[in-house]
Amino acid sequence: MREASRDRAKAFLTLLPSIILVAVFVYGFIGNTIWTSMTDWGGSGALATEPVKNFIGLDNYVDLFTGFLGGGFRQDLVNAVYYSIMLLAGAVGLGMFIAILLDRKPKGEDVLRTIFLYPMSLSFIVSGTIWRWLLAPQGGVNVLPAYAGFKPLDFAWLSSTGAILEFNWQNLFQVLLYAAAFVMIMVGLWGVRRDPRRAVLRWIGPGAAAGLLVWLFGDLLPQALFMEETHGFNLATLGIIMATIWQYSGYTMALYLAGFNGISQDLRDAAMLDGASEAGYYRHVAIPMLKPITISAVIILSHISLKMFDLIFAMTGPDNAQTGHPALTMYLTTFRANDFARGAAIAIVLFMIAALFIVPYLVSQYRQRRRG
Amino acid sequence: MTMTRTSVFGTILLYSTLGLLAVLFLMPAYMAVVTALKLPADISLPSAWELPPVFNWSSFADAAAMLRPNFVNSVILTITATIGSTVLGSLNGYVFSKWKFKGSEVVFTLFLFGMFIPYQVILIPLFQTLRAMNLYGGLPGLILAHIVYGLPITSLIFRNFYSQIPTALIESGRLDGAGFFSIYLRIVFPLSIPGFVVTSLWQFTQIWNEFLWGICLTRHADNPITVGLAQLAGGQAVSWNLPMAGSIMAAVPVLCIYIFLGRYFIRGLLAGSVKE
Repeated sequence: MREASRDRAKAFLTLLPSIILVAVFVYGFIGNTIWTSMTDWGGSGALATEPVKNFIGLDNYVDLFTGFLGGGFRQDLVNAVYYSIMLLAGAVGLGMFIAILLDRKPKGEDVLRTIFLYPMSLSFIVSGTIWRWLLAPQGGVNVLPAYAGFKPLDFAWLSSTGAILEFNWQNLFQVLLYAAAFVMIMVGLWGVRRDPRRAVLRWIGPGAAAGLLVWLFGDLLPQALFMEETHGFNLATLGIIMATIWQYSGYTMALYLAGFNGISQDLRDAAMLDGASEAGYYRHVAIPMLKPITISAVIILSHISLKMFDLIFAMTGPDNAQTGHPALTMYLTTFRANDFARGAAIAIVLFMIAALFIVPYLVSQYRQRRRG
Repeated sequence: MTMTRTSVFGTILLYSTLGLLAVLFLMPAYMAVVTALKLPADISLPSAWELPPVFNWSSFADAAAMLRPNFVNSVILTITATIGSTVLGSLNGYVFSKWKFKGSEVVFTLFLFGMFIPYQVILIPLFQTLRAMNLYGGLPGLILAHIVYGLPITSLIFRNFYSQIPTALIESGRLDGAGFFSIYLRIVFPLSIPGFVVTSLWQFTQIWNEFLWGICLTRHADNPITVGLAQLAGGQAVSWNLPMAGSIMAAVPVLCIYIFLGRYFIRGLLAGSVKE
């Protein structure tokens, strides 16, 4: 008995150094960054070795979101949101599509799988360097149509100043509520076939009501900014999104392929006997069964798009305002402009958005492990 | 008759779609190789896709001359940090799966959280801590960072791997009088070679490809390959054959792992996202 408890102590002591390292380097450091973001980092004496930091509360955040000089950061944030949505749609969609094709076991499946997955093993700096050349204005992708007899494109992939889906930051609250209403209605429409009552009562109804209320009384909402400031989806980020989809759809493909292979042949045969078509099998049997995989893919990809730094750095350089991203601004603010406090605040904003996805995911994983 | 015709049509559609996609996915690699093999004078935007009139193998020698110090740094960094994080991860996974204690699942979940944070959030204190420890600027500091932040994923992979080892095996070891470490050395470790392969390949590619810490935490002489390549490609005066040759150089070690040991690489990739 004493042996056993000594072994248990040994086990704990083996783990202890790692626990301390993670406690300090992950949790301690996050706490430290939160603290830094609430100081002025010594103000004018910021470059001293031991600056006297003054606590200024949430001023750095207020400045980022409503300040005169925060416009660049706000556009970066909008970029990051559009970027995440497009990456998720593109990489999950294309990855799933390729997985369905490969699930039919074509000849040369191994080789094809290798081809679709190799970009994933590359560094973002490598792929960014290559894609910067591919997206050069008068060459690369733009001249490809000429080989098929069409006119070459003249789209300025990485330096275009065009933007679509623009909105005024003053109306931020209206825009967010409209987006929430839209998502609710879409969720409702998705589930309307399975349970029409629930879909209408829980999702479509409230969504439509919320949208209508904002439309009628939106003017009563406070304005998020004292001046007009438009932000939108910068077309210059399209090239970066394309490169990221190229690099990561192989990853979702591998996830779905592993999932499809895990579904028993019996189940598949049963679905076919019930008269399901090939498409019906995936739509109603396989994809719903792989919901945990879809969730994992969404978590990992949104994590990647939130910390996206290397690829943008390599494709457009860190100073390109059109393709800015909070992860890059954080680096520039901190290490170029030496404004550590503001950099910390940007980092915390990124962290909060990431935590929004990850904490529920980890909690549900934890519950599953406890049950299983 | 119609059956076969639709299936023939379907097969043609399947293979042509896959073929087209494969070509699209390979195009960047083709472009990198073709451009790297051109003479600077032969590189022009409109003819970017065409094969080089003469092969210019010296691009690789030139790029290698510029990136050699970075390449050496990356080799040292990657091998040391991979070994460190894999060994610690194996011990952690052993405890998390076979020596559960009260609260060990909570500790494990708290570990996993470290895998999903955007690293910008720990960058400032990491920078300050390394500076205070006199580790800022050199490889040892970077190695330490990679080992610490590698712990979540390596512990996760080993924990999932070891949970497949039957507990009865551990129990019988204990009945034979083996303790914590001798069970690990005699029973668990010999069974975990595949686990070590999967984890170390995963860590190798991650650390080799990392950029943010490389640029923020090392001075020029200790820059890893990704930083060296970014500087080579960011310079405006350089002709494009050099960055392309440099990209290929930086990609070759991880591509080799992926092509020859792809099975293990995919297992690492799946372990990072799908729980058993």
